[in-house]
Amino acid sequence: MYAANAGGERHVFESLAKLMAHATPARSGDRLAGLAAPTAEARVAAQFALADLPLKTFLEDLLVPYEADEVSRLIIDSHNAAAFAPIGHLTVGGFRDWLLSDAVTSSVLAKIALGITPEMAAAVAKLARVQDLIVIAAKCQVVTRFRGTIGLAGRLSTRLQPNHPNDDPRGIAASILDGLLLGSGDATIGINPATDSPNHILALLRLLDEIRQKLDIPTQSCVLTHVTTTLDLIRGGAPVDLVFQSIAGTEAANRSFGINLAMLAEAREAALSLARGTVGDNVMYFETGQGSALSALAHHGVDQQTLEARAYAVARHFQPLLVNTVVGFIGPEYLYNGKEIIRAGLEDHFCGKLLGLPMGCDVCYTNHAEADQDDMDTLLTLLTTAGVNFVMGVPGADDVMLGYQSTSFHDALAMRDLMGRRPAPEFEAWLGAQGLLDKAGHVRPRDLPERLRQLLPMA
Amino acid sequence: MNREKPPTLTSDAWSTLRTLTTARIGLARSGASLATAPLLDFRLAHARARDAVNQAVDFSAFAAAVAGFDLPVLTVDSAAPDRPTYLARPDLGRKLADPARAMLAPHAVATDLAIVVADGLSAQAVERHALPLLQALLPMLKAAHWDLAPLVLVRQGRVAIGDAVAPALGARSVVVLIGERPGLSAPDSLGAYVTWRPTSATTDAGRNCISNIRSEGVRYPEAAARLAYLLREMRRRGLSGVSLKDESLGDSAALDAPHD
Repeated sequence: MYAANAGGERHVFESLAKLMAHATPARSGDRLAGLAAPTAEARVAAQFALADLPLKTFLEDLLVPYEADEVSRLIIDSHNAAAFAPIGHLTVGGFRDWLLSDAVTSSVLAKIALGITPEMAAAVAKLARVQDLIVIAAKCQVVTRFRGTIGLAGRLSTRLQPNHPNDDPRGIAASILDGLLLGSGDATIGINPATDSPNHILALLRLLDEIRQKLDIPTQSCVLTHVTTTLDLIRGGAPVDLVFQSIAGTEAANRSFGINLAMLAEAREAALSLARGTVGDNVMYFETGQGSALSALAHHGVDQQTLEARAYAVARHFQPLLVNTVVGFIGPEYLYNGKEIIRAGLEDHFCGKLLGLPMGCDVCYTNHAEADQDDMDTLLTLLTTAGVNFVMGVPGADDVMLGYQSTSFHDALAMRDLMGRRPAPEFEAWLGAQGLLDKAGHVRPRDLPERLRQLLPMA
Repeated sequence: MNREKPPTLTSDAWSTLRTLTTARIGLARSGASLATAPLLDFRLAHARARDAVNQAVDFSAFAAAVAGFDLPVLTVDSAAPDRPTYLARPDLGRKLADPARAMLAPHAVATDLAIVVADGLSAQAVERHALPLLQALLPMLKAAHWDLAPLVLVRQGRVAIGDAVAPALGARSVVVLIGERPGLSAPDSLGAYVTWRPTSATTDAGRNCISNIRSEGVRYPEAAARLAYLLREMRRRGLSGVSLKDESLGDSAALDAPHD
């Protein structure tokens, strides 16, 4: 049982899960689950109680039982006591103050990352204002490598997302051409396929690999299909750079995705065996999003922001190149409006970075959410200041296959120009060699580079 | 103003490329940012999608239009009282309001099939496509001797509202015609969901779906023919969902996309 005195009144919380849920800033998914604080005052009272909670409570009172859940076992069994030692005496509120202090720099944060559990990160996020989420995340630096180096200071990478309603190869190539001309694709060129048959996925993998090789682009490709499909294709000799999978924060939610930790490990080993990376061997690409566990009825009475952070423990175990929170895709029953989406995107980025992950964000919304492009501008600008590793590049921000709105090639360019962020160094050199950069180093295409002519359908 | 042309390709070349994809490629730019024309194009598409979500279907006009079908027509509400609640609480859109149950009860007689028209996430889809689809479908059902329950129109309904309506009417199966989540390019897609012996325990794996019914998508005669095929096979085999494939099309039309 947990309790707090707030404003002369005593508030009692029957479990740690309830305390965490009540301390969470308001959002529709926790209301849908029946977990949200009943009043605004009750929410703040829970935050008072949470602020006084010792961090080590999260190692003893598990939100999802150890016996029932392999994600809980992974979190506890892989906890690094030595890394935790510098913060082991702190409360959640004390941890927030410590994270904001001047002495805590990028290198300090890197050293303690393996001592932080997802629940600790989630707890401090619940106390944090948006400003704190940005200030602290901006101190974290997480660098990963495959053919390019993602996450260096002063860089902003993009996933080029050339989706097509029926995967027409020439239509996909047209979107890739548009994206490359606008400096997109250094995080990955990644297609969400319209259908999942293995032969079809193989054809898309070959298309991407052929384009990458012909144009000699220092990036990595990905077709976002189920991990088991990718594993079979690797065994069949397909050109797989990155293994993709959607993941969640409980074993039961992962089961609903048709995966478990052993399958992810097997797929990672298979991708490593291909040794296709040139500057590094981060071979995994994960996507997550608040609400996925509730949507699979696998939430164990835990709030969606905490469960999202637990998904990052799964990701961390496999040393990914990219982790992407697809924040507004799930719909208004989980994140109702622009305000909720903006806060959730910053929370996810913050928690992931604190845990040592290469966080990106699909800054996005659906048409039935109370949100629009102005909200996406706000979140994108805040994430760029927070040092997000990568964002999406979708033609005109309109994904014509998945039917939602994300960020465009232009949006990423505007952020790079506004805040002096540059693409990954290998990719930047390639853009320069194609003549796509102006004197200031901004992407400003003039003539169609000779090499990119190969993407024209008549070529 | 030095509004720049779409980068590096002639407008002819972009026109050719645009025939290959509906994606917004080769947009005019100024600096790094979108030029005004494509900015407003996008905003118009989003406005249409938002209107489709927020507008109410005129069900009284719809009921008048279907009066000629020789079927009783009942208009009811789901348990979601308004659009904001409907959007935030999908569970309520799957249940009938209490007065709705009372309204359906006197009509409960054993029948083969209940047809439900629900607003879902696009009023425009229902207003544009539900009537012509029914005009194509009902003669096929009549010819195949389907015994039909009253036609039920549902305000603030999700797909699974059919699982509440069919048992309340005593129908063995249900077809739900519903406005799908609008995309920027198509704010008015209608979906049709077929379920055999629906109950409150039915999941999406127990349904078959024909989606994207609209003028530029699956047209009414094809949608009606595929529905009639699914219904015939459902009744013959006594099942629906993943084990019932739409072989009229040559591949599976079992439900494979999130719909609400």
